[in-house]
Amino acid sequence: MSARTLYDKLWDSHVVESREGGAALLYIDRHLVHEVTSPQAFEGLALAGRGVRRPGLALAVVDHNVSTRDRRAGIKDPTSRLQVETLEQNCQDPAFRVPYIPLLDPRQGIVHIIGPEQGFTLPGATLVCGDSHTSTHGAFGALAFGIGTSEVEHVLATQTLVQKRARNFRIRCEGVLPKGVGAKDLILHIIGRIGTAGGTGCALEFAGSAVRAMTMEARMTLCNMAIEAGARTGLVAPDEVTFAYLKGRPMVPAGARWDAAVAAWRGLASDPSAVFDRDLLIEVDRLEPQVTWGTNPEAVVPITGRAPRLSEAAGPEAVAALQQALAYMGLAEGQVMRGVPVDVVFIGSCTNGRIEDLREAAGVLKGRRVAGGVKALVVPGSGLVKAQAEAEGLDAVFLAAGCEWREPGCSMCLGMNDDQLQPGERCASTSNRNFEGRQGRLGRTHLVSPAMAAAAAVRGCLTDVRELL
Amino acid sequence: MQPFTVHTGLAAAMLQDNINTDLIIPKQFLKTIHRRGLGRHLFHDLRYRADGSEIPAFALNREPGRHASILLAGANFGCGSSREHAPWALLDFGIRAVLAPSFADIFANNAVKNGILPAMVDPEALAVLAAHAGELEVDLTAQRIRAGAAEFPFRADPWARGILLEGLDEIEQTLRGIDRVEAFEQRRQAETPWL
Repeated sequence: MSARTLYDKLWDSHVVESREGGAALLYIDRHLVHEVTSPQAFEGLALAGRGVRRPGLALAVVDHNVSTRDRRAGIKDPTSRLQVETLEQNCQDPAFRVPYIPLLDPRQGIVHIIGPEQGFTLPGATLVCGDSHTSTHGAFGALAFGIGTSEVEHVLATQTLVQKRARNFRIRCEGVLPKGVGAKDLILHIIGRIGTAGGTGCALEFAGSAVRAMTMEARMTLCNMAIEAGARTGLVAPDEVTFAYLKGRPMVPAGARWDAAVAAWRGLASDPSAVFDRDLLIEVDRLEPQVTWGTNPEAVVPITGRAPRLSEAAGPEAVAALQQALAYMGLAEGQVMRGVPVDVVFIGSCTNGRIEDLREAAGVLKGRRVAGGVKALVVPGSGLVKAQAEAEGLDAVFLAAGCEWREPGCSMCLGMNDDQLQPGERCASTSNRNFEGRQGRLGRTHLVSPAMAAAAAVRGCLTDVRELL
Repeated sequence: MQPFTVHTGLAAAMLQDNINTDLIIPKQFLKTIHRRGLGRHLFHDLRYRADGSEIPAFALNREPGRHASILLAGANFGCGSSREHAPWALLDFGIRAVLAPSFADIFANNAVKNGILPAMVDPEALAVLAAHAGELEVDLTAQRIRAGAAEFPFRADPWARGILLEGLDEIEQTLRGIDRVEAFEQRRQAETPWL
């Protein structure tokens, strides 16, 4: 057989049959379900008198709508509550019987945090979820991608999905990331380089010495934002770091099965002579902390940089788009990013809500205070992340600094609960999207790393975290 | 699903690039447990002021946009979240085809599953179509758009085209061949029992 990429191997091993128009029916090994994109899928099944074909391959949890304040008080907003209750009922329905982690369970959290945490996510598997940040799980060498609700219904009914094969796009990240610069800065920089549609139709494989040197959590941050470059799938080849992370987790195979699985997983990496449709080299040695200035993730500059000038835009449409973005963000053309005052700091989300992210933020906040007038929200990605952080005393660091320490959920990443920006408020956020209105109508989002968010909290403005290290 | 062969209707133009799904249908409307009823919230933050009144300059608040069944848009339409609420809102408003230079992958998939055609049209042709006053005819069979005497080709994904022309129920199609899925599962159980 000719040389194949990691993506090719994952694809080939899951094709059930070919379909018209260059599509294929793929077998789906793992399906994460949450409350926002599933009710209409279950409704569709019920209307057609269909059941869930392999409920044991699914795992459901509530995350988008949940309050990050006192859990026992319940959910106040009746529409949010109905959506949460609908998922609970659907999972218990005798026709469906989908395993479900309840809101008050210590394992509850954001789908993309709990999948890896529980060992639900495995190398060599196909994994889908009705959420675009499903690309996160590609960090394990799983073929993982976000789907719509009709596709959720197709997976529930058949355990398969009709898909088109993607092109192979390798991003080789070579060198050593400098102090104060991490996976979030790297992925923001990559999106800035290739654009928000640069990966459309592609599976992005992140490779190179900088990726090999990363922890699993950093690799997840990298893959999480593949979709912000237009790629449904991000991938990292599994290696010893992957196996060490997985070993012993609740849903990971043990004993002889573990040995057999690891042996198979070792063969997943792209063959040395595999050909990629596109290849991009990123040298990371001089990468700086990144910050977005505009209203999509490609509008990014180093913290030492400035917003674009109108004279730098190519053509009248680009000028109009730039004017619109600057006006929305309340920035002048050419404005220097360092020193832009912030009202809110959000640390959390499926991009940066894991324990290493919280350690990174706490490292900057330790012994310091959040600047006057700034509201800083720290939202762990799961109950287990929260418990770990508390065991390490990170909650005490955050609280002593003047941050709010919350219950796990998606929170202000998209503000489906009551964690939202007010009109005009400016936020340094560790989340993944800076779209207009994303964190609240007329709210202004600057995407940054956890360390950069913490630095902004301390100084009350966008800050080069390297000054605080 | 309603098949898509030839559709004739009025068009609204929103030609900026990167119109994302958060703009198409903001988060507060994702709490519904139904597919219908989202049309009045389509492009909510661009369409209404904070007090709920219409923003008169917005394309869907003017004629012919108010009665449009075709949307003309810029490149990378539908980027961002996987929310199928975006095509549901478009469909509920009455949109059957979106004409743009390019689409985000997940949105294009979701649109097709709801009988909405994502048609890839060159920017130059879009500019002419946006300036055309009357109805447009979008012919998926011939992959042509007609605007009066003018006519333009468009590209459609071959898989999407097949589904739309037939109005295919993919779940039904897969369930009819479920024996092949079962055979795959047996092989999978033998080769990768840990899955």
